[in-house]
Amino acid sequence: MLLIHCPYCKEDRPELEFSHAGEAHIVRPTNIAAIDDTAFEEMFFLRDNPKGLVYERWRHIHGCGRFFNAVRDTVSDRFLTTYKAGEPKPDPVRLSKGADVAKKGAAK
Amino acid sequence: MSGANRIAGAGRLTPARSLRFSFDGELYTGLEGDTLASALLANGVHLMGRSFKYHRPRGVLGAGSEEPNALMSIERDRSRRQPNVRATVQEVFEGMSAVSQNRWPSLAFDVGAVNNVLSPLFAAGFYYKTFMWPKRAWEKLYEPVIRGTAGLGVAPDESDTDHYSNRYTHCDVLVLGGGVCGLSAALAAAQSGASVMLCDEQAQFGGALAFETGIRVHNEDGFAWAAQTAQKLSAMDNVRILNRTTAFGYYAQNFVGLVERVTDHLADPDPALPRERLWQVRAKKVIIATGAIERPMVFANNDRPGIMLSSAARTYLNHYGVAVGTKVGVYTANDSAYEAAFDLKRQGVAVETIVDTRDAPGEGLLSTAADLGLEVLTGQSVTDTKGARRVSAMVVRPNGGGAARTIPVDALIMSAGWTPSVHMFSQSRGKVAFDASTQRFLPGDYVQDCVSVGACNGTDDMPAAIEEALAAGSNAARATGSKRSPKTKVSCEGAGNWSGGMSGAAAGAGPDTTVKAFIDFQNDVTAKDIRLAVREGMHSIEHVKRFTTNGMASDQGKTSNMHGLAIAAEALDREMPQVGLTTFRAPYTPVTFGSIVNHARGKLFDPTRRTPMHYWEEEHGAVFEDVGQWKRAWYYPRVGEDMHAAVNRECRTVREVAGLFDASTLGKIEVVGPDAARFLDLIYTNGWTKLKPGRCKYGIMLREDGFIYDDGVVARLAEDRFHVTTTTGGAPRVLNHMEDYLQTEFPDLDVWLTSTSEQWAVIAVQGPKAREIIAPLVEDIDLSGEAMPHMSAREGKICGVPTRLFRVSFTGEAGFEINVPADHGRAVWEAVWAQAEPLGACAYGTEAMHVLRAEKGFIIVGQDTDGTVTPDDAGLNWAIAKSKPDFVGIRGMKRPDLVAEGRKQLVGLKTRNPMTVLEEGAQIVADPNEAVPMTMLGHVTSSYWSENCGCSIAMALVANGRARRGETLYVPMPDRTIEVEVTGTVFFDEEGERVNG
Repeated sequence: MLLIHCPYCKEDRPELEFSHAGEAHIVRPTNIAAIDDTAFEEMFFLRDNPKGLVYERWRHIHGCGRFFNAVRDTVSDRFLTTYKAGEPKPDPVRLSKGADVAKKGAAK
Repeated sequence: MSGANRIAGAGRLTPARSLRFSFDGELYTGLEGDTLASALLANGVHLMGRSFKYHRPRGVLGAGSEEPNALMSIERDRSRRQPNVRATVQEVFEGMSAVSQNRWPSLAFDVGAVNNVLSPLFAAGFYYKTFMWPKRAWEKLYEPVIRGTAGLGVAPDESDTDHYSNRYTHCDVLVLGGGVCGLSAALAAAQSGASVMLCDEQAQFGGALAFETGIRVHNEDGFAWAAQTAQKLSAMDNVRILNRTTAFGYYAQNFVGLVERVTDHLADPDPALPRERLWQVRAKKVIIATGAIERPMVFANNDRPGIMLSSAARTYLNHYGVAVGTKVGVYTANDSAYEAAFDLKRQGVAVETIVDTRDAPGEGLLSTAADLGLEVLTGQSVTDTKGARRVSAMVVRPNGGGAARTIPVDALIMSAGWTPSVHMFSQSRGKVAFDASTQRFLPGDYVQDCVSVGACNGTDDMPAAIEEALAAGSNAARATGSKRSPKTKVSCEGAGNWSGGMSGAAAGAGPDTTVKAFIDFQNDVTAKDIRLAVREGMHSIEHVKRFTTNGMASDQGKTSNMHGLAIAAEALDREMPQVGLTTFRAPYTPVTFGSIVNHARGKLFDPTRRTPMHYWEEEHGAVFEDVGQWKRAWYYPRVGEDMHAAVNRECRTVREVAGLFDASTLGKIEVVGPDAARFLDLIYTNGWTKLKPGRCKYGIMLREDGFIYDDGVVARLAEDRFHVTTTTGGAPRVLNHMEDYLQTEFPDLDVWLTSTSEQWAVIAVQGPKAREIIAPLVEDIDLSGEAMPHMSAREGKICGVPTRLFRVSFTGEAGFEINVPADHGRAVWEAVWAQAEPLGACAYGTEAMHVLRAEKGFIIVGQDTDGTVTPDDAGLNWAIAKSKPDFVGIRGMKRPDLVAEGRKQLVGLKTRNPMTVLEEGAQIVADPNEAVPMTMLGHVTSSYWSENCGCSIAMALVANGRARRGETLYVPMPDRTIEVEVTGTVFFDEEGERVNG
């Protein structure tokens, strides 16, 4: 069971308290009624599912109830960071460096 | 006397503390502290089981949890029968009853042993080849027969009466394994002030010190030091030490699962105690000190009872005081078996011969052997054994060839070397690395915050291993914030070195032979099977493993993996690391379902939700149905009524008089705030801004893809306050859906959402006499049709209790839904019932509710819709506000497929024979004579007998359904084809006048 840091509660809590809510940083267009089929397909159906860093939404459903965003490495299943909904997407380069440092630290 | 093979003065058990137990009905005497294996060996019983596939006689191989052979069933009573218990782990207790497995009619005479003779038929992969024809026979014949003869113990056929407990805990340092290294690491960490947990699977701490009697720690007996250290640790406030506790799984972020066996060793356990306790530990640092496991030698017929690991023989002798034989042979490829031979000889056991495959063992060993008068044959191998139910002789041959010599023995102890236990390290997702110089896999790259120490880390020299453990302990304490750093010292002497040995088949079991040289004893995999797998094209160890089942038994190949790998590598002419090592998976040793299921069984498996009126309903004879976690009154049969009769009466009574219905399970969400109406405008297809306070509206909610997600009546209580209702099952996901949009898409809206599902009890009073029934009880509300028309909401009092009273109808009759605070639900229900009953009204359940709503064509989301139905498909276009610029689903419902011609639309169906009731889910076709597969037009979503209409009624999703009104379609069933007519969805009171009554 993973430990997840809730950026609202500012605490590491067990995965059981959270629910996953899909990919993050997908913006629902304000003029959604006017977008064409391709744009809707892109927005609603298509997801990256990369190997490596994913930006994803979680909800602290059995805690504060807030939705927030997280960056997780799908290879190591490690969370690199979590941040509040609406905050900018963290720079992946900086995050990966952080991950390497953490890995070396663990091996010591 | 606790067995003829018990040596006076040897071992650590107390001769006076004897106890009686039975094995296969035979009574034996053991000593307190014995395992089942040691107690049986003390009584000269070597035959303890039959092998999985060939039903070969088997004895113990080991003395610990790696045991592949001696699996037994321990039965306390019918409901507490534990199969596949390793006799080497199970402690005996007074009155214990153990039974052998996988044999019939008896262990000594097993009919299944014919498989051994037929073994050429059962080579690796035989299932895949032999039982392919005829195909249908697999299910009916082959599989049942194979399952009947293979397989080990029998699961109990009654529910487990034991209980299990579960604890979550955190610590700074978790130490896995309580041998000399684990104890040292725990001591160093604890003395530095860290919070420490230490666990060991055995009853007593000490690990290999149990048999390594030559080791002295701090100048005293090593095992005694271990006991004292364990005691010292348990007395410290910052330490929790757990014996009989196996770390079985290492999960993400240093989350480790331990299972503590609390009562399995007790004759008469306190019923208050759990049988096992599951510990889920989150540790900042984990120190892995899991030691090493000895490997057997791989040679022909190396599986006869009496043939065992040298460390096992040493354990039985030095800890349990049991001699494993009277004429013991030794076969080894490393030094550690010598120590066992020396110990046996010193205790007066005849050690026949030490056969060493190596040409030049160490001089020290040879001179000690000479001093003890032991014959050592170097450069020779045991190439076969004799004996039926116990080994009777070993056949020895020089490695270079030459005459064979048969040496009578009644036990043969062996050692091919030691395999570091990297299981927990590997489970932590660490990568093992092959150490070419010692030909073994050791911890390589770490992924989690853990460290391996001692034998499991390949540190063979005991003083160096202890230094490593002490350093790991104090480093872990420092890393987790401990400030103190006392110098913890543990000095030791007298340890042998366990490096060296061999992996793979020994002489006489090479590629040119067809002998049965077992690698995996539990799954009956031989060296020959591995070679066959390679010949048949399995070139990765993962494939070899699956083809041969090597390492796939419940012992997970603790003694076999390295041999299998070495033989595969040899056959492939590659180095071992190129063939690869299979990944170690949890659990390390088998874990009971009881400890995993734990409290989550029976009533605690899933919460049961009951409405405030539940017990009234129960008292009035309601039959309940499960709706999600809710218990809902289904129907109220009277004496002599079956379900059909009861539902017919309830349906009729509601339309003729009135009925009371418990609607408390409806999901309810309070939507409050200045932007509440704007928010609902975005969430529902309908428009809400113009809805006046005091009015209700039926709302439809879509997902972004344009399909119906939920529906329900929403009441506006004030400008800034809405009382939203959802389907019974939909409440949590609807609230989540709303929260999602509110928090992430429309965060600027000033709205609060609160679940009130359980705060309100809801009493629906429906029927022509509804107003008459509630009128005497209601205060401050004008109930007249003019003042309170259909779809209106009022706040006031009923029976002196605050109420939200809604004039709504899910039956098509005039009706009210009385919301009262849940605590008052039953009292108000009873007061309403007191008014209703004299008028001839009834209480009705969910079945009548379903029929009544279907008569009116009201849909149930999730029954008449399935997640692919649009508002237009369901005939609900009228509920879509045309002028709104945005709502969830506005774009999705315009997708090409969703506006295409020919979609399935909700229609009514009437059977040509009005008495025929269709089956829900039945398929609908246009041409009943079409060849199979027929063209399906759709399916029946709801179907009932309607007492009020006097005919059966149904709703269905049918392609282009609305245009087919009046058409005849067909519902093919297995025994007949039913003719139906497509109709509108309203079957009763088409004009809809009755709601205004």
